Amino acid sequence: MKQKSMDQQDDVPLVFVHRPPSFHFPFKDRLSTHFNLLDPLDSPDSTHFVRRHANSIRVLLCVDPTPISSDLLDLLPNLQLIVGSSVGVDHLDLSDCRRRGIAITNSGVAFSEDVADLAVGLLIDVLRGISAAARFVRSGFWAKTGDYPLGFKLGGKRIGIVGLGNIGSQVAKRLEAFGCIISYNSRRKKPSVPFAYYANIYDLAVNSDVLMVCCALTEETHHIVNKEVMAALGKEGVIINVGRGALIDEKEMVRFLVRGEIGGVGLDVFENEPDVPKELFQLDNVVLSPHSAVATPECFDALEELIIFNLKAFFSHEPLRSLVELE
Amino acid sequence: MEKPVVVMTNPMSEYLEHELSTQFTLLKLWTHSSKPKFFKQNSNLIKAVVGDTNCGADAEMIESLPRLEIVASYSVGLDKIDLEKCREKGVRVTNTPDVLTDDVADLAIGLIMAVLRRVAASDGFVRSGKWKGGDFQLATKFSGKSVGIVGLGRIGSAIAKRAEAFRCPISYHSRSQKPHTDCKYYSNIIDLATNCQILVVACALTEETRHIVNRKVIDALGPNGILINIGRGAHIDEPELVSALLEGRLAGAGLDVYENEPEVPEQLLGLDNVVLLPHVGSDTEETSKAMADLVIRNLEAYFGNKPLLTPVL
Repeated sequence: MKQKSMDQQDDVPLVFVHRPPSFHFPFKDRLSTHFNLLDPLDSPDSTHFVRRHANSIRVLLCVDPTPISSDLLDLLPNLQLIVGSSVGVDHLDLSDCRRRGIAITNSGVAFSEDVADLAVGLLIDVLRGISAAARFVRSGFWAKTGDYPLGFKLGGKRIGIVGLGNIGSQVAKRLEAFGCIISYNSRRKKPSVPFAYYANIYDLAVNSDVLMVCCALTEETHHIVNKEVMAALGKEGVIINVGRGALIDEKEMVRFLVRGEIGGVGLDVFENEPDVPKELFQLDNVVLSPHSAVATPECFDALEELIIFNLKAFFSHEPLRSLVELE
Repeated sequence: MEKPVVVMTNPMSEYLEHELSTQFTLLKLWTHSSKPKFFKQNSNLIKAVVGDTNCGADAEMIESLPRLEIVASYSVGLDKIDLEKCREKGVRVTNTPDVLTDDVADLAIGLIMAVLRRVAASDGFVRSGKWKGGDFQLATKFSGKSVGIVGLGRIGSAIAKRAEAFRCPISYHSRSQKPHTDCKYYSNIIDLATNCQILVVACALTEETRHIVNRKVIDALGPNGILINIGRGAHIDEPELVSALLEGRLAGAGLDVYENEPEVPEQLLGLDNVVLLPHVGSDTEETSKAMADLVIRNLEAYFGNKPLLTPVL
């Protein structure tokens, strides 16, 4: 491992890399030209490796939402910053980090457009049956049996956005252009936003045709889309989830779908990825995506820029971007 | 007074059939094995034809119906109606503009997403159980990509409005420049194709626009380009499109229409960068009903001696 020193710094820019064992870390090479990367998984004895460098580590790069345990934080007493590579931070113990004085940055708005794009793409697909109609054509049914069944119009639909953060706002902006009516539920009402606010998700569901789930996963939002909310949304209701699988009571959702008590769903996330409830494979009013909302080269480029920016800023004692509020 | 005799060419809408039967004597062309025989037998009776995108009113049909007064199309496209013949014979023509604009524009964006973001292919990936074996390949971002629209009429403008919400710079090619838009105009479709990544065909099919997307245009669009067709199959030189896709000279295509529906080029069926839909542009419950209502109201107006709602001729 090269020892590389940067001009105008009095400390060596060591970055501890925390990643899942199998994950190909796409921008490792580029980061290595700026920083000294310490990756315990590159060493035959990772625990010994960590102990040897422990006191010099002030910043940790968390690749993928790989959980960080309290035990690991115990080993890094001088850790000041965790640089995340996802927008979600549900894999971190935020209160523990706050207690230890560790700041966290996430991917900020680097992904917002891509996730919003996919959310809209999933919605159009569910309402118009795009994936299902494409299967219909591929299996030769169009010539044999005639026209594909009718879908549903997007324009004029009442869209309820669950979580009007960066992603939710981008979803709203897009769906307005399709003639949809936007309302939302958030922890707090947003003062400068023209959309109708509902203080709880049940009321949002009662007054919506579609729920777009775009919020962070926390203790409060676990299974926020539950049986009551799905029933309130109604038999023709559609749910799109680009947040985290655990935002929806998945077992209940499957029951609703199998019994025809909900109109359709588009999902990029699941409670136990990559496992997907098999019942969903038989349904044409369901569109499934393998957690790929950020799987575009543009997302990775934006993330790489942001990570390099934040690491450089940290070592230069300059302000960081997309700091996560630790309440 | 006897109810006017109306012939419907295809089973386009059960709702429309039902409604027409209450006010008119409805004949169903598709139920007769010999069309020439049917026309001959009913030539003195038929006053109206209700056509669709598969069978409208061609010269032969119009000639064989001397009592024909009006053709009400269950479509906005007029390419299956011999307008010259109608004009010659004084036959009125109506179509269904505006009510289907949103649905077709929505589908265009849906197709872009299906191809560029691989929504359709990744759905298949998950359903086949392959996700357990590893991640799906990368897609391409949509927001901010340049979109070129062929035909900035009602549908083209609606597509532009939607794509703008995704920060896409929009350019277009039309017979003439449109004064009410900031979008960049190209008087030549090759220049449009050269300067955009996603090319959307949204114009009417006429003699001039037949095969408007040919080999040269496909080459100009290039190997990173995506072609979306929600117009008519005959807008694109289909064999050229097929070769370009098979040879990787185009990044992908999303098609809702084909030169010979319901036939779809077989070689495209296996490509996961191609999304093929069965002409569903305006096929929603809401819009189908709105289109049917417009056909009915036009016929009611005509036979009630009132002004037509959406006349073409």
